[in-house]
Amino acid sequence: MRVALILFASILTSNIALTYFLGMCPFVTISKNIEVAIGMGIAVTFVMTITAVANWLINTYILIPFGLDFLQFLVFIITIATIVQIIEIFIDRFSPALYHAFGIFLPLITVNCAILGISLFMVLRTYNFQETLFYSFGSGVGWLLAIVTIGGLRKKLIFSDPPKNFGKPGITAILAGIMALAFIGFTGVASL
Amino acid sequence: MIVTAVIFINAFALSVGLLIIFLDRVISNYPTCRITINEDKEFEAPGGKSLLRVLFENKYFIPSACGGKGTCGYCRVKVTEGGGKALPTEALILSSREIKSGFRLSCQVKVREDLKIEIPPEYLEIQEYQGKIISTVAVTSDIKKIDIKLINPPEIHFKPGQYVQIKYHNPEGDIDYRAYSIASTPDETDHIELNIKKIPEGLVSTYMHSLGKGDMVEFSGPYGDFFLRTDSHKKIVCVAGGVGLAPLKAIILYWETHQNERILELYYGSRTIEDLYDHETFRRIERENENFRYYPALMNPDENWKGYIGFIHEVMEEKLTDGEDTEAYICGPPPMIDAAIKTLTGKGVTEERIYFDKF
Repeated sequence: MRVALILFASILTSNIALTYFLGMCPFVTISKNIEVAIGMGIAVTFVMTITAVANWLINTYILIPFGLDFLQFLVFIITIATIVQIIEIFIDRFSPALYHAFGIFLPLITVNCAILGISLFMVLRTYNFQETLFYSFGSGVGWLLAIVTIGGLRKKLIFSDPPKNFGKPGITAILAGIMALAFIGFTGVASL
Repeated sequence: MIVTAVIFINAFALSVGLLIIFLDRVISNYPTCRITINEDKEFEAPGGKSLLRVLFENKYFIPSACGGKGTCGYCRVKVTEGGGKALPTEALILSSREIKSGFRLSCQVKVREDLKIEIPPEYLEIQEYQGKIISTVAVTSDIKKIDIKLINPPEIHFKPGQYVQIKYHNPEGDIDYRAYSIASTPDETDHIELNIKKIPEGLVSTYMHSLGKGDMVEFSGPYGDFFLRTDSHKKIVCVAGGVGLAPLKAIILYWETHQNERILELYYGSRTIEDLYDHETFRRIERENENFRYYPALMNPDENWKGYIGFIHEVMEEKLTDGEDTEAYICGPPPMIDAAIKTLTGKGVTEERIYFDKF
């Protein structure tokens, strides 16, 4: 039951993009085009799940037993960078089509703060293995949902005429704020 | 505690580094791929390298000026089978029509499966040459004239205006190529003259400037579709900026002996009188040929200068007659080329009769 709750909350009420405002750079810049947004979202979900699980294993079986948990930041970043690199090597070799579809997004994800954020939250909230798995996957799906929705909204934006001073990133931030309100509306159902 | 932390972090970074290197070695070993060129020539090559590199290693010479960085766009070839979709880096250089018809930048195509490619047949005639430097002369503070005698093969046949690529073994153990126009006439097939400007921090230009008489150089060529159209009878307008004079000098020397019934105007711009190399050569040609007109212009002249002052396109604006019956050859820095093209089209020279070489 608890894992179902975590999955639901991480997708909607505690959405990593809309309630924690993490992973904002790609959220604002890549949401111009829905297809590209979907590609980025899938890549983020994929990497987020794998890195959170790997970081949980390293944290639980290496860092904590040796009393090195103050190195979490450093180790988590190295793990993320390594895993992205390894995923890239594998995809490049075995699925060139997928490699080209991911294009520049895969290496970009290395520096996406949402990925590191998930690993740090999982430590903060003392999740066990199963919870980490659902939490990271749910957060990835939540980020995907957020970027695709805002991509759709921005597509409609060309028909409207927002005040000039808002500019394009400005109006995107306002849109994200309104969307965040809608997502928080689910808080009564489940929250983290 | 601190010691444990330092040891751990180092060991951790080292082990993931080794893991990546190991995986890269094991995973990224591609099978041998078969590459077919123009449906009739084929060879096998180990996968994993760029197509441009593989073609070079198998003595198929494709033009490339930027050294495989994907910025010059010279190395485009048509890939008819394999190779995947064009990368975002290529979309910056190739037009969407080119991408649709299968063109790729060969430096960006990784060989990982059998490929079928089409390259223009004239590329197949490009050869690799060895030459020996017979003289080097510093003609300005940063430009050297380097005369290279061909050793193997002993002759080169090219069109006036074309370029060669100097091969340079860089300190990392890789090979770099840089393009330099041939400044001597195609009638002299046993040697070529290059005019090389030393670029600050430039690898190959610094290397070339360090060479002296008797040193050996390797290069391939000739490349390029910037050459004198000899089947035409139109007036020739040559526009040169700085070291961009080199290919135009080849054109003028060829014109002098084969085509001097055509009118040729040379607009040659540089900063100071010291940078205006070969000035005397053109003065001589001007005296000997009534069809040759020479308009040198300086940006910063000294008090003895009696010629034109200012940007070369301003001189063209003043001196150029209507362009109905004109074809133009331009070589120099990109802003100069853009300004010259604008002036030429303003004078009625249509774009398909303007040939240029940006560097």
